[in-house]
Amino acid sequence: MTSAIDTEHGRRTYSAHAHPLWRRLLVTRESAIIGLLFLVVLVATIAVPNFDSPLTLTFLIREIAPILLIALPMTLIIITEEIDLSVASIVGLSSVVTGLGVQAGWPLPFAAVVAILVGTVAGSINGALVTFVGLPSLAVTIGTLALFRGIAVGLLGTTAISDFPEFWTDLTRMNIPGTPMPLIIVPFLVLAIIFGVLLHFTPFGRSLYAIGLNKEAAAFSGINVGLTKFWLFVMSGAVSGYAGVYFTLLYNNARGDNATGLELQIIAAVLLGGVSIFGGRGALPGVIAGVLLIGTLSSALRLAGVTSDIINVITGVLLVASVVSASFLAWLRTKRVSAIGRKKGRAEASDG
Amino acid sequence: MFTLKRKRFGVGLAAVAATAALVLTGCASDGDTSDGGSSDGGSGDTSDVSITMLPKNLGNPYFDTSTGGAEEAVSEMGGTFEEVGPSEASPTSQVQYIQTAAQQGVGGLIVSANDPEAICDALDEARSVGVKVVTFDSDTNPECRDLFINQATAEGIAQVQVDLITEQIGDEGQIAILSASANATNQNAWIEMMEAELEANHPDVELVEVAYGDDDDQTSFDKTAALLQTYPELKGIVSPTTVGIAAAARYLQTSEFQGEVSLTGLGTPNQMREYVEDGTVTAFALWNPADLGYLAAYATAALVTGEITGAEGDTFDAGTLGSYEVGADATVLLGDPYVFDADNIGDFDF
Repeated sequence: MTSAIDTEHGRRTYSAHAHPLWRRLLVTRESAIIGLLFLVVLVATIAVPNFDSPLTLTFLIREIAPILLIALPMTLIIITEEIDLSVASIVGLSSVVTGLGVQAGWPLPFAAVVAILVGTVAGSINGALVTFVGLPSLAVTIGTLALFRGIAVGLLGTTAISDFPEFWTDLTRMNIPGTPMPLIIVPFLVLAIIFGVLLHFTPFGRSLYAIGLNKEAAAFSGINVGLTKFWLFVMSGAVSGYAGVYFTLLYNNARGDNATGLELQIIAAVLLGGVSIFGGRGALPGVIAGVLLIGTLSSALRLAGVTSDIINVITGVLLVASVVSASFLAWLRTKRVSAIGRKKGRAEASDG
Repeated sequence: MFTLKRKRFGVGLAAVAATAALVLTGCASDGDTSDGGSSDGGSGDTSDVSITMLPKNLGNPYFDTSTGGAEEAVSEMGGTFEEVGPSEASPTSQVQYIQTAAQQGVGGLIVSANDPEAICDALDEARSVGVKVVTFDSDTNPECRDLFINQATAEGIAQVQVDLITEQIGDEGQIAILSASANATNQNAWIEMMEAELEANHPDVELVEVAYGDDDDQTSFDKTAALLQTYPELKGIVSPTTVGIAAAARYLQTSEFQGEVSLTGLGTPNQMREYVEDGTVTAFALWNPADLGYLAAYATAALVTGEITGAEGDTFDAGTLGSYEVGADATVLLGDPYVFDADNIGDFDF
């Protein structure tokens, strides 16, 4: 009976997407942030004295490299509707471990590997508490934020270790020969490609969006939600550990309070880059542009002689504006779509 | 179609806000970020010297006072002055401001270091592009800067505290010291020198105990109470730490010993104001941050113009403070600690 109706009216076709491909690629939040970044660079180059010097790029990339690195796993975590607030504390812990290792006479690569391992273990503690104990990641990582920072400061006290092999500190600060681009960009690009492929081109990556949009539905589709999250926290810990080694060598300084407050800068950049704090939405190119946008803007404002408080205000306003505009647009869209739906419905009803 | 428009509108809004901020500030600062103007001729002409001051953090009354001093010096000399700084005093938060100063090509940078090592490489980079680096208040490793403006020497601090307490108690009787923690390097060095000075020049003064308040307000308060109970004959307390002296003063103020037992040491005017005004404390010492900033600015200008190189024995003129000589390790000493009492405490706000 019902099948007969189908053949009578001809097969109904649905377009796979609401918009053509070019529009889906170009008119996105990500491209908007990238566009804004270019605009800021352009305006700063014209209006801010000294911004066009090659030093700007060197200092900028060097300084935001830890944020760039940790933003990668953070994006994946926030897409699954979780959060990791302990990353900066893991950076501090890893920094202290690197320092203690070098002080104990280990060669730096070995100390660095141990520090990254410590970071990985710290991440797996977060992951285990979220996955196997079933606690919300916000609560868990607020706890480990204090815990890891406490251990880091406890291990070194108020002292600092600052006698790292010159070869490694010089290497950390080196630029790619002939360019003003710091060498750290190479490991970052490698990690960015790995995380980009993982998120956007693998079943694992797709499952993150599914988890972020609806945990139960994802679980019923055969995704191991808990284990997926566990691995995300492990990755976050490992990358934070690496960032800690970089931070230590960059500033030639291992201290327990290194990178305090970095987690908020990372999360702010990720959200600015178009990742939804409610999960299920976001892409890596936008996040990278988000980090660069905040970094470039504050670098330009500093060069223009703006004080740190005003810079914080501007970054804050930008972030709030971007989040509010996203929610506002989404709200507007659903209203429009439902209005069209009602209109269509009425039209079809009168047809029949 | 409409989604397209709306999106552009929302993003456009953010873009306009961000770039407007940038353009406005960029234009506003065009004037004062002139090209650094370091005339290396040694002419002593300071009118085009640009100096950037980088305290540990902004919004700190102590550094507001030192910046005020530096600003006054620059306005006397001519030249441009700017204060920049992070909102928190974390070890690496100053690095970006040092880099910015290097990019702007300022003539001189005056820094109070949050960490002696973490900002070293940034300072070296700044110096390699011709920025003269002067530290004040908190030094970096000596090889990272051109000059350090030292607020006080250990000898000076020990001397002024002994002078103050012996004067207040009439040079005889029992005194005690309320220090920070038992392993605080600075305090221990001062206490040792104070003991030597007491022994040498004040035979009738007896140091009965060194108590440790751990730089904790409550502990210091309790230790003060314990000292006064243990030694009923106690005539004076010296507390060479700002936390200790404030806690001791608070105890004395409410106790029967107010006015009977003298209290002095190192404190800040804002902490000690009410105790000086009600007579609990007659006088205490510290250095004057305004003078420190003033001297740092003159020293920086002298470096920028090539009048001095930071070598031992170099002399330069520091406005109303007079003439100064560079000491060992490229250090300039501000002078004897500054004594605050009821007559002058009103002039200070830090």
